[in-house]
Amino acid sequence: MIDVDIEQRRGDFHLDVRFSAEAPIVGLFGRSGSGKTSIVNAIAGIATPERGSIRVNDAILFDAEQRIDVPPESRRIGYVFQDGLLFPHMDVQANLTYGQRFRDPRDRFIDEARVVELLGLGGLLQRKPRTLSGGEKQRVAIGRALLAQPRILLMDEPLASLDAARKSEILDYIERLRDELSIPIFYVSHSVAEMTRLADAVVVLSEGKCVAVGAVDEVIGRLAPEHEPERDDAGSVLDTHVTAHDATEGLTTLAFDGGELLVPRLDAAIGDRVRATVRARDVSLALTRPADVSILNLLAATVVALDELPGALVLVRLAVGGSTVVARITGRSSRQLGIRPGLELHAMIKAVSFDRRSVGYA
Amino acid sequence: MPELSADEIGILALSLRVAVVSVVCSLPVAILVAYGLARVSFPGKTLVDAIVHLPLVLPPVVVGFALLVLFGKRGPIGSLLDEWFGIVLAFRWTGAALASALMGFPLMVRAIRLSIEAVDRRLETAARTLGGSRLWVFATITLPLALPGIITGTLLSFARGLGEFGATITFVSNIPGETQTLPLAIYTFTQVPGGDPQALRLSIIAVLLSLVALAASEWLTRRSAHRQGDDRR
Repeated sequence: MIDVDIEQRRGDFHLDVRFSAEAPIVGLFGRSGSGKTSIVNAIAGIATPERGSIRVNDAILFDAEQRIDVPPESRRIGYVFQDGLLFPHMDVQANLTYGQRFRDPRDRFIDEARVVELLGLGGLLQRKPRTLSGGEKQRVAIGRALLAQPRILLMDEPLASLDAARKSEILDYIERLRDELSIPIFYVSHSVAEMTRLADAVVVLSEGKCVAVGAVDEVIGRLAPEHEPERDDAGSVLDTHVTAHDATEGLTTLAFDGGELLVPRLDAAIGDRVRATVRARDVSLALTRPADVSILNLLAATVVALDELPGALVLVRLAVGGSTVVARITGRSSRQLGIRPGLELHAMIKAVSFDRRSVGYA
Repeated sequence: MPELSADEIGILALSLRVAVVSVVCSLPVAILVAYGLARVSFPGKTLVDAIVHLPLVLPPVVVGFALLVLFGKRGPIGSLLDEWFGIVLAFRWTGAALASALMGFPLMVRAIRLSIEAVDRRLETAARTLGGSRLWVFATITLPLALPGIITGTLLSFARGLGEFGATITFVSNIPGETQTLPLAIYTFTQVPGGDPQALRLSIIAVLLSLVALAASEWLTRRSAHRQGDDRR
């Protein structure tokens, strides 16, 4: 449970947010400069807001009116920084246990052996941070934060400095933490893909204001395309469940309110809930149901709205059954097809446009 | 080179004692001042910075004279020290150590301040969020990471102390066996007819001492940089 209501001015940037969220993983989503890090710093006690209050799991960490401002060392916030910030003069083991000595044994919920096992740090303990790869550094940073026995894990763009393979590796570890430890995670990112894969509830931030709070499929599906439609990975999220696997073809069928999707074989059981992100750039449109195409997913859709995007592009919002799918097409295609609200057409999505990062467990 | 005479050994020992005591006593103060200048903002910071640097730009004789006025037996600070603790600095080797410490202080503070400023503040922040108090974080993160600068500052101040002349001779005079350090002894020999060979012998000792100090500084800095996991040096 995280409860933030703060106001803060820095130069001409004005942060004024109020939100309350409770979920295993709460996402804070917004483009860079929207005030994400200011919020994280306020929660960790590194920056002091001018007004308001901050509560985490019913502990009051900050309250301007009651003059409560718990110092950062007493907040028990497990801050995982963008670039890890391991202590360069200590080996991995000393980094891991740095925070442990300060904590009351009664607050202890995880020990070193468990952290080492969960994050796969066994072979790294005697190494110095400079000899670690980016992914290893980030794992040590997460372990170090955990061993300080935090109330909540605060992750500020923890994947920002990693390549795609390392990103996916760390995402796996974060999912493991969520499933095996009962520690709430506040996950900050500007990546739609990370949000949809990890977060249960999302807080959307824009120019210092909180513009939406809610379940990830509602908020990102409804808001992300409008919020940052020019983003390359902008899209909608479909709440689906697994209905069939086809082992010989290597395909999995996902059903959702509006139809079915075929995606590359998923490692999930029949009936599992799965979120599928459909990127707007991967959706193409046809007025008649095409025959003889390689595209496996053909969904009957109705145009809801059209939005002009920079670069002579058009964002088409479609109703597919009870779900929303967005398509990004060129203005020229839009004119040639005569796309207008109310038009019925077919949305086409290649099965291979779904990858490991766009499909995740709900 | 023939063996050192008892007098020469005495001069050398006194010089080392003065320089070591001056460095040991001024180091904690210098670290504190350097940290304050590097990390804390307070009113009058520019003034403090200027005062710290004053010995670097003032004629050493002026510093020595100021010490004599303040710490002399009848001076405002000197008389209190004598009355309360029985400590007399004027015309004693301890006074020479004070003069050395003061003259080396700007060099020490400067080197330490630069190295503290070079420590990524976010590392300190990270340590705070892990539960470390300000003082603990300072001791376990800031100080170890600033160690190369602390070593450099200490050695610079030590070398400056070994060579201190103007402030020392003004404050504690030139008393053989009590305040006559290496530079003062060299000066004395150059003032007597036929003293040049003696002055030369002492000068060679001074040069060797400085070289040893430099080499030690370089070795220590490398070692601490290596221990910090930094191989770039």
